[in-house]
Amino acid sequence: MRTLALIVRLFRSAAKIQRKRMILTVTAIAWGTVAIILLLSFGEGLKRSLETGKRGLGEDIVIIWMGETEKAYAGLPAGRPIRLLPEDVDLALASVPEIASAAGEMHKWDVQLVNGRTALNKRVVGVHPAYRDLRTSFAQAGGRYIDELDLRLKRRVVFLGDKLAKDLFGAADPVGKTLLVADSPFTVVGVLNKKRQMSMYGGPDNDRATIPLSTFEAMFGRRYLSNLVYQPTTTALGPVAKRHLMEALGAKYRFDPADTRALYFWDTIEDAKMMNAIMIGLEAFLGVIGALTLIIGGVGVANIMFAAVTHRTREIGVQMALGARRLYITGSIVLESLALTFAGGVVGIGVGVTIVQILAAVQARVKSEAMEFLGTPTISIPIAVTTVTLLGLIGLLAGYFPARRAVSVQPAEALRFE
Amino acid sequence: MFGNGGNGRNGREKQDGTDDGAIIALTGIRKVYDTGAVKVEALRKVDLEIRRNEFVAIVGPSGSGKSTLMNIIGCLDTATEGSYRLRGEEVGGMSIDRLADIRNRRIGFVFQNFNLLPQLTAFENVEMPLLFKGVPAKDRRERVETLFEQVGLADRMQHRPVELSGGQMQRVAIARALACEPDIVLADEPTGNLDSAAGSDIIGKFEELWAKGHTLVLITHDGAIARRTRRIVHVQDGTVVDDAPAA
Repeated sequence: MRTLALIVRLFRSAAKIQRKRMILTVTAIAWGTVAIILLLSFGEGLKRSLETGKRGLGEDIVIIWMGETEKAYAGLPAGRPIRLLPEDVDLALASVPEIASAAGEMHKWDVQLVNGRTALNKRVVGVHPAYRDLRTSFAQAGGRYIDELDLRLKRRVVFLGDKLAKDLFGAADPVGKTLLVADSPFTVVGVLNKKRQMSMYGGPDNDRATIPLSTFEAMFGRRYLSNLVYQPTTTALGPVAKRHLMEALGAKYRFDPADTRALYFWDTIEDAKMMNAIMIGLEAFLGVIGALTLIIGGVGVANIMFAAVTHRTREIGVQMALGARRLYITGSIVLESLALTFAGGVVGIGVGVTIVQILAAVQARVKSEAMEFLGTPTISIPIAVTTVTLLGLIGLLAGYFPARRAVSVQPAEALRFE
Repeated sequence: MFGNGGNGRNGREKQDGTDDGAIIALTGIRKVYDTGAVKVEALRKVDLEIRRNEFVAIVGPSGSGKSTLMNIIGCLDTATEGSYRLRGEEVGGMSIDRLADIRNRRIGFVFQNFNLLPQLTAFENVEMPLLFKGVPAKDRRERVETLFEQVGLADRMQHRPVELSGGQMQRVAIARALACEPDIVLADEPTGNLDSAAGSDIIGKFEELWAKGHTLVLITHDGAIARRTRRIVHVQDGTVVDDAPAA
């Protein structure tokens, strides 16, 4: 405590010199701080943007497409097509406890949708109600998604993508209105809540019509699913769920559970892991660029500290002659360097945060696809911690080396210095 | 610490000739400056003993090694060879921080160019060694005020060095040298930057201190000043050539 008070005292007595150079140094540190904050904020914004985009498809889901066996199994030859039925969804749920939720999906392209004089050929899908949560297809206020009753009664109800609803009905609220789907009248029950979808299969969710799977089967005479969507209970159990599902379906359709071609799996959990790794890499890259800029500022601090120490050699010699221990002198020099870095850091953080806020405000106003993808620059706690830690480290190092040099000479030599 | 009692005791030691009163004992001190290409032998085989309450002048032409000698006595530099005992304690081989403590508590310095820290007030300058020693604030204040009264500058405590005359600055430096009640005060050409009146005044101050029982070592090339001390040590070519009481 006494040592600290002493160091502060010596620091205060020394800090009044070289004002202009000090301002330049503080500016360099501020500049570096602004750079690192902006880069990391944009990285964070991009990361969050990608995360919401990922949620557009559905979180932690697996999608299965039908394939052909590659291996002969149980006396059956290779090359048999494997086709799943709607009841296989129930089979999956019943026999694989690691599957939390599952839904079947059937597709048909170019189905004519007619509202009055507007006719469009669009994609129609038939789904189980669980599809809503799996594929984040929530209805806008005033509407609903396909439900169990629709499925059981094979109701002629349709849920529209938001873009499609606009194309068919314009500004009017389509809920409750009648739409001709392949010449059959359907009641619109809901419109998709606008969402950002970055990955998709067969087109975006906002440009298609969704009907109950049972209705789809009856209308279009389909038996087989186009694909099956499921979600494991936890992401960690994903591989187990997949293996058990292959075993259950393999037993039913008599294919080798190790046959990778019988069914195709799109595992978005794996994708997310990969994406995460890429994002971490990107953030590290941005961080390193920012850190390098900041370190250049740190070199400036070290430079001014070396100059200050040289300038004050005699003064330091006097202090040593009067009995200052090494720690008092190094401490006051390091403190000075930390103070410079701290001042630069405060200015830099202030400017950086302001720029981020201005950019975010501009972005909220100007709607553009590219800007939306880039995301809103965001300052997070880790960014703040990284920046402050780096600043502290730079301050310490930039002070330590000049300080070490200052106390490395004999007091007699320091006193002789002119 | 060195009141009249100390003076009396010192007088006794002088009479019986024992050397347990020796504050400084240099034996075979050698100092070589190694500047890479050239090795300069600044001191060779210096033997010197200074006792309690002596008033010594070290004189010699410039380049004679007297400043090097003073640096070694003041623990501002270390000898290449030889033994230096400060109050019986071997100084050679001490750690840097230990030497700092020795300088802080045992040695007071007065420099030719005063070496006051310009951005501090006179008060703060005198306070500094007490800070290094770890004296509590209240005691520091009292001690510094006493010192300023002693050097007759009680009304100049809050002035900065630039606001003081040369003689005043040197008196502040003397106050600073005495702050931690050192065993010995080392003065390196203390009058070198002063006019003769101020210089005489400073030497008068030293005589006063000596009378109070302090041990003083003056480095000077000025014979007139040396004659006001009690013992003159002549240094030439890095060694002591003459050591005699002042006439």
